[in-house]
Amino acid sequence: MKPEPAPIRFKLNGQQISTDAPAGRRLSHALRENLGQRGVKVGCDAGDCGACTVLLNGAPVCACLTALGQVNGAAVETIEGLGDPLAEKLKQSFHRHGAAQCGICTPGMLVSATALLRRNATPSEDEVEQALGGVLCRCTGYRKIIDAVCDVNRSEAPETSAKAGQAVGARLARLDGVRKLDGSEIFGADDWPEDALVLRCIRSPHAHAWFALGDVAAWQAAHPGVVRVVTADDVPGRNLFGTIGPFIDQPVFARGITRFKGEAVAAVILEPENAWQFDLKSFPVTWEELSPLLGIAEATDPKATPLHETRAGNILTTGLVQRGDAAGAMADSDVTVEGAYETGFVEHAYIEPEAGFARRVGDRIEIQACTQSPYLDRDEMAAILGIAPEDVRIIPTAVGGGFGSKLDLSVQPFIGVAAWVLNRPVRMVYSRSESMMSTTKRHPARIRMKVGASKDGRIRAIEFHGDFNTGAYASWGPTVANRVPVHASGPYFVPNYRATSRAIHTHLVPAGAFRGFGVPQSAVAQEQLYDELAEKLGLDPLEFRLKNALSADQPTVCGQVLGGGLGFKSCLEALAPHWRRARAEAEAFNKANSGRYRRGAGIAGMWYGCGNTSLPNPSTMRMGLKPDGRIALYQGAVDIGQGSNTVVTQISADALGAPIERFDLLSADTDQTPDCGKTSASRQTFVTGKAAFLAGRKLRQEILRIANAGEDARLSFGDGVIVVEEQGRRQELALKRLPVDARGYVLQVEETFDPPTSPLDANGQGAPYAVYGSGAHIAEIEVDTDLGIVRVLKMTCAHDVGRAVNPTLIEGQIEGGVAQGLGMALMEEFFPGRGENLHDYLIPTIGDMPPVESILIEEESPVGPFGAKGIGEQALIPTAPAILNGIYHATGIRLRRIPAIPDRVRAALLARKETRHG
Amino acid sequence: MPLAPPSGNPLLTPGPADKIICTQTISSVEPFCARACLLFAQPTRLDEALDLAARIRPLVLAGGTDLMVGASADLGPGPVLDISRIGELKGIAVADDSIVIGGGTTWSELVAAELPHGFDGLKAAALEVGSIQIQNRGTIAGNLCNASPAADGVPPLLTLDGELEIQSAGTRRRVAVAEFITGNRKTLLQPGELVTAIRIPRQLAEGRSSFLKLGSRRYLVISIVSVAALLVPDRSNKVIEARVAVGACSAVAQRLPQLEAALVGRVLDASLVDAVKTEHVAGLAPIDDVRGSAGYRKDAARQLVREALLAAVEGRAGGIA
Repeated sequence: MKPEPAPIRFKLNGQQISTDAPAGRRLSHALRENLGQRGVKVGCDAGDCGACTVLLNGAPVCACLTALGQVNGAAVETIEGLGDPLAEKLKQSFHRHGAAQCGICTPGMLVSATALLRRNATPSEDEVEQALGGVLCRCTGYRKIIDAVCDVNRSEAPETSAKAGQAVGARLARLDGVRKLDGSEIFGADDWPEDALVLRCIRSPHAHAWFALGDVAAWQAAHPGVVRVVTADDVPGRNLFGTIGPFIDQPVFARGITRFKGEAVAAVILEPENAWQFDLKSFPVTWEELSPLLGIAEATDPKATPLHETRAGNILTTGLVQRGDAAGAMADSDVTVEGAYETGFVEHAYIEPEAGFARRVGDRIEIQACTQSPYLDRDEMAAILGIAPEDVRIIPTAVGGGFGSKLDLSVQPFIGVAAWVLNRPVRMVYSRSESMMSTTKRHPARIRMKVGASKDGRIRAIEFHGDFNTGAYASWGPTVANRVPVHASGPYFVPNYRATSRAIHTHLVPAGAFRGFGVPQSAVAQEQLYDELAEKLGLDPLEFRLKNALSADQPTVCGQVLGGGLGFKSCLEALAPHWRRARAEAEAFNKANSGRYRRGAGIAGMWYGCGNTSLPNPSTMRMGLKPDGRIALYQGAVDIGQGSNTVVTQISADALGAPIERFDLLSADTDQTPDCGKTSASRQTFVTGKAAFLAGRKLRQEILRIANAGEDARLSFGDGVIVVEEQGRRQELALKRLPVDARGYVLQVEETFDPPTSPLDANGQGAPYAVYGSGAHIAEIEVDTDLGIVRVLKMTCAHDVGRAVNPTLIEGQIEGGVAQGLGMALMEEFFPGRGENLHDYLIPTIGDMPPVESILIEEESPVGPFGAKGIGEQALIPTAPAILNGIYHATGIRLRRIPAIPDRVRAALLARKETRHG
Repeated sequence: MPLAPPSGNPLLTPGPADKIICTQTISSVEPFCARACLLFAQPTRLDEALDLAARIRPLVLAGGTDLMVGASADLGPGPVLDISRIGELKGIAVADDSIVIGGGTTWSELVAAELPHGFDGLKAAALEVGSIQIQNRGTIAGNLCNASPAADGVPPLLTLDGELEIQSAGTRRRVAVAEFITGNRKTLLQPGELVTAIRIPRQLAEGRSSFLKLGSRRYLVISIVSVAALLVPDRSNKVIEARVAVGACSAVAQRLPQLEAALVGRVLDASLVDAVKTEHVAGLAPIDDVRGSAGYRKDAARQLVREALLAAVEGRAGGIA
């Protein structure tokens, strides 16, 4: 007897269902692809991230590690089914606390926390950490998630509205927050046309190789299900992409030669049935492995062959900022310190692998994918397809974490070309390993730095050189090389300065943009050396920094005098009591415990220029007043979880004088919204926020003009009517009587803001940024000297944000930045070709994050909207050096190679012991 | 082949009649499928499972937490034998001379079971296996069969003198944990065989035990080093049995026989750690990898051994180092 195939039946979110999907299918895949539960997120397919957590008979399990057949007869609950009062309270608490940022880990968090709360209604922090330890989050730093779960029983509604004029400064819950909590948010992999084909790439298994494609036509013919193979020959326009005009150099499909492991050479487009399980091993391609250049030294050896003909010595770009006479002043300095520092590749490790779909609509192409830079994507896709930019429509989805890497194209060229040549919709979802092997990383750095000071404790001179391994293609390498010399002094007055940098090509995955563009690496050198200098001078580290903190009337290393709005000193002053307490507590602990555990407190400062370096980066904001009295806000700044949907609306609301709930947001879409630039360089609150401010003000003026009222009149927005009140005079504007324009608006305004900067001259002198954010972190740490393990006990973070438009969201940025800085300091290093997964590449879990106390300083920027500055990158920069300085305070060891994994810490401790005794 | 009707936990009752779910993909499997198909068999009785295992040489799927990691969207190619519904493999039985952990027992089930202190170390290890999600699915037997050098379950089971019960259709044998794993991802398990139970002698189960795991982060971490210790005192509080095992420092986790010998006869108190000498860990052969160098591993192993002994003495189960 031969049994017939039987459908698999189980209870899904309370409903008995049956499916004919294969029993061996990953439950996560079946839930998403066959059963419509796209709130189940897939981050790794290996049980490493927990994003796909579902409840199986009430117990949390990774759906990616469970076979569909194994739930036969069981009960499965996904985020979509969590509708019981407890889960609803939990969602409200998440919303209230800002516990979801990008939202990609949120379903896994909520499902896991629900399981905990069902058995334990009042869990402790430890119990929450235990229960959520299996779900990774890359945005929040976990603290608000812990708070939200612990605070579940307080029935307080999230703040969702603000009166006219009171939106800026309010702790408003994220305007796009609800859809991140019920599983309905659409990320790159969550939406596709029914008939979409599936694209998978053939990638180089070698760092450097010659290759030849075999008989692709025959292979295709022999494999039913393969619709088409696309290679470099099929690219209608320019078979190159990149991010900065003169440096565009990365092939969509390599031709004959590959320059990094993971570089695409062809794409196979498959019918959706069995596309994901189709074995690509038989694809006809032969490789001849070549000897790769992997390190900076090899690549810059005069005998090395350049990766790119036009870039002699494998040097992509160099950077220089000099002021005064650094060498002379160094020689004259009473005290000098110097050191060599090294950092490795750091992976962005967002939980959402790149994904999206493309479709051809007549002679236009539409691409819906996760991205941080819709207009850059548009222009690049136009060049690749050989069509006009207007014929490309980019529709960004929600972004499940970006941090810089999703500024670059990933899936877009592949699906774009395939959909174009096939005239059928094509989708692609990167696997975790594909994402890690092929998308950009933080640059590994080799830094030499020397600092000189006079006896009175003032910095006299800095000499700095940084080499950055930029990998095979340019990406944002030039930006890193330019930004670092501008920033490597930190926010201190340095009269004599010379900083140089180089971005160097190797046969490794391209390094690109990652939260801070090279500044986190240089801060590791800068802030550790300042501590050494302070010690030599007999000054307390905080005192030294206060003494040298740049004031608004002193020139920066670029010769720029900011004139106002630099709150670094205020940050240090705000930290002073925390600093004294932290140092005293650590020292008391060490005195009382002479053994294995040593505690320490370290401090580090930072600054970071908001927006592009001396380059235009305008944002344009459009607002339309509808006849019903509501306002359409063309919010083209991509919200990657940082909160621009909310912040930009808050600014718009107060600029116009309307309550926030009157706004209808149109999200980024290059057919709809004007260009708000890239979500990078901590520019959205500042640049797009300022454009929104100007648009709001303009719309207000237009309304006042119609009402013939003065500047100070009060506006009230009703249904179809605006009431204008001025010195007792009250008039009603009946909007429905006014004519509407082509878009259906009674009034429409569009305003552009481009930060006022000036070009840097040959010595790097000029005004590279209109606004700098600055701040400082204190890390309190404990070192297990037997095992070399470092635990961070507390972070205290002061940031000058100009104006805290939304304090909850800013705290979220700080906590998330701290988590990434902690990871960079203690555990994160990516080795290309090895460990392209989230169990070899470690990011902090919920159990690794200490409490974070955020102190927001509001030294208003004269330029920013309501004085606001950026915070996204600022938050990460000082964490690692603060931790490293804390390790020194605890143990007396200086770590110049990070991450400070237990092995390195222990080795340094042993070496120090030997020098002492030997 | 006649198939038994579903039985056991009503929540886990399979769909109607058959438990062989046949789907139309790759691979041909005779004699169960008339057409090319992937077979997914989900027996509820051990004899059925052994019969299938003998005949179709399937991928054996229990919790899936290792097997599914390398899979594409669908497990396979080839037939799959899901053993997670087999009643005989469930549960932990306490007998006079031994404690028997069913081959299908998950880490979470182990943690929930009331067991003597000799199991404290194994339970502490259970709580550090991946995450709760992994512990809810992954099985102790699966951890042994996967034979990772860093498997958290292996050092405690070595200290417990664990023995595997292995069955195939018509045969049954017992193999010590120490012999079962022969190398990195290598075991003595033959095609057609299933691990049906892990048997722990009662005498050791009454000892004091601990487990420590060193990793670069708190959760979801692969061990750099792991150590399990088990000490059995006599009435005068002298150690009569000592077991110390180290994981992630050689292709297969190892016991430290010289140290164990040095511990026997000593008074069970904190001074035991003085017995630990560098030469006791000299036989470890760790590798350099992204998690740590060989030198560090050896150094940390020595530290962790001391810590684990101290924890066992003080009645602490341990956990993350």
